Amino acid sequence: MKENKIFISGNHAFAEAAIRAGVKCYFGYPITPQNELGEYMAQHLRANDGVFLQSESETAAINMVIGAAATGVRAMTSSSSPGISLKQEGMSFLAGFELPAVVVNVMRGGPGLGNIAPAQGDYFQATRGGGHGDYRTPVLAPASVQEIADLTFDAFNLADKYRTPVMLLGDGMMGQMKEPVIFPEKIKKLPEKEWALRGRGTGASRYMASLILDPREMEQHNWKLFRKYKEIEKNEIRYESYLMDDAEIVIIAYGTTARIAKGAINRVRKDGVKAGLIRPITLWPFPSKVLNDLARTIKHFIVFEMSTGQMVEDVQLALCGSAEITFHGRPGGIIPTPIEFARIIYREYQKMKKK
Amino acid sequence: MNTMKLKNKWPKYYKKDVVTHYCPGCGHGIVHRIVAEVLEDLDLGKRAVCVNPAGCAVLAYKYFDIDTLESAHGRGTAMATGIKRARPELFVFTYQGDGDLSAIGTAETIHSANRGEQICVIFINNAVYGMTGGQMAPTTLLEQKTTTSPFGRTPQVEGYPLHITDILATFPGVVYAERVALNGPAGVRKTKKAITTAFQTQVDGLGYSIIEVLSACPTNWKMSSVDSLKWIDEVMSKEFPPGVLTDKRGEQK
Repeated sequence: MKENKIFISGNHAFAEAAIRAGVKCYFGYPITPQNELGEYMAQHLRANDGVFLQSESETAAINMVIGAAATGVRAMTSSSSPGISLKQEGMSFLAGFELPAVVVNVMRGGPGLGNIAPAQGDYFQATRGGGHGDYRTPVLAPASVQEIADLTFDAFNLADKYRTPVMLLGDGMMGQMKEPVIFPEKIKKLPEKEWALRGRGTGASRYMASLILDPREMEQHNWKLFRKYKEIEKNEIRYESYLMDDAEIVIIAYGTTARIAKGAINRVRKDGVKAGLIRPITLWPFPSKVLNDLARTIKHFIVFEMSTGQMVEDVQLALCGSAEITFHGRPGGIIPTPIEFARIIYREYQKMKKK
Repeated sequence: MNTMKLKNKWPKYYKKDVVTHYCPGCGHGIVHRIVAEVLEDLDLGKRAVCVNPAGCAVLAYKYFDIDTLESAHGRGTAMATGIKRARPELFVFTYQGDGDLSAIGTAETIHSANRGEQICVIFINNAVYGMTGGQMAPTTLLEQKTTTSPFGRTPQVEGYPLHITDILATFPGVVYAERVALNGPAGVRKTKKAITTAFQTQVDGLGYSIIEVLSACPTNWKMSSVDSLKWIDEVMSKEFPPGVLTDKRGEQK
């Protein structure tokens, strides 16, 4: 059977996959390096019976998403780091209302306006909720354009299943890079959401409110959300293991950095260095138990990030001091090379062997 | 002796057995009832969705017996845009105060109006922030004392009262804009007529409409209910004169 492969950029793949996943409404505001996503939606969403609207701000875009999501349709927005900061208010409301939505963050260098080069400096913001209040957001981090397509489908499904906003966390390299992709089939019909606001019709009226003035009721709502997050932690953790069978030293990296780490691992393996990779695909929930179990036999971990060290804190929490952790980061929009990572791996491997 | 029979039919889309949380003399309760009556008159309740503001009317869902969605402060018309674009068959309106609509939500207000969204906006202008305890609003009058303009609003320090509805009325996308004053029985009737016109504008698919209601806040104005109505009449209406600000319904047909 001939596979229907399309050569496509990451930003276009987010959009094409979302259309195939049945997204009805896309609202967004231009920001580099993710503009191609909105442009693709402008070009193709209306032809698929959808709604594309360029909003007056990122704040407006996320609130348009809330309105659309409240009526039960699949809705999404996308942006890059500074714009995602503006969407955090809306993310908090989505969490409070328990509304499904997909938010794409194609990260760039920061803080402030930073630059438009790829970076991973929004890890804390993405995985800790980001906005105000006691909530979490499931975060999926693709490391190839194919995975962008697949995880976009998963993001919509997770959002609907758990009634929560879901973030797809890429970076400028993921967004701009082109690769061959086989897209999942277009979803023809999605199930109705009985909770959606569609006008009361002949039934009872409904309301969605995040304001819960009675602290006892608010506490109950917080615990309800907590139970949902526990359920997500139980069911939805995803990661990739690469050359882990005989690994003596383990690299932990996600997204673009994980791709580069694979190149580095292939390089050092030629010289007999037994390195493997654990690539978290869900950044929240984080595969903590996987790492903790590994620490029974693996005594040295290396964390690579395009930041000054954010995910490394989750690794520290997971390992609880039971293994040595080396961190190497390149913030500010620098894309490290496989040779650079390979040098670190050689150095740490030799140190480990000397012990 | 003449006896008058009081005809007080409970509006179909106004919840029963609710104790009001609004202060005595507040205009919200009257406008809520008018909205419920018009929803019934035009048979819109079954397909209506109201976006509630952050402000005193955040609890509007306790009164309106229709589907409602709460908004973050100022974001009402962005949410209404999302609802209406996703489901054009719904009747969508926002209910917003002066701080919500003309301070923190100015961008959303301006751009939803300029796009000519097929929504209605009920804009309650009481010249103060009510829920937070009477701070200065964009619509606070010159010389008016509030908790954050304790010596009276001055152009030099706080700037002038913002005439947001007049600005919106200049947009081609705004089909109907009217300001009414809730200052007595005649004002109540005019308000109902204006809201009916606005709602009918959306029903007819003509576009965006906004009704600004000058509404009393006796608690934060620190006046009696009677004096508050007088103040709307004699002071507030001078700064914000009631009347039809634009009516482009004929041009849209």
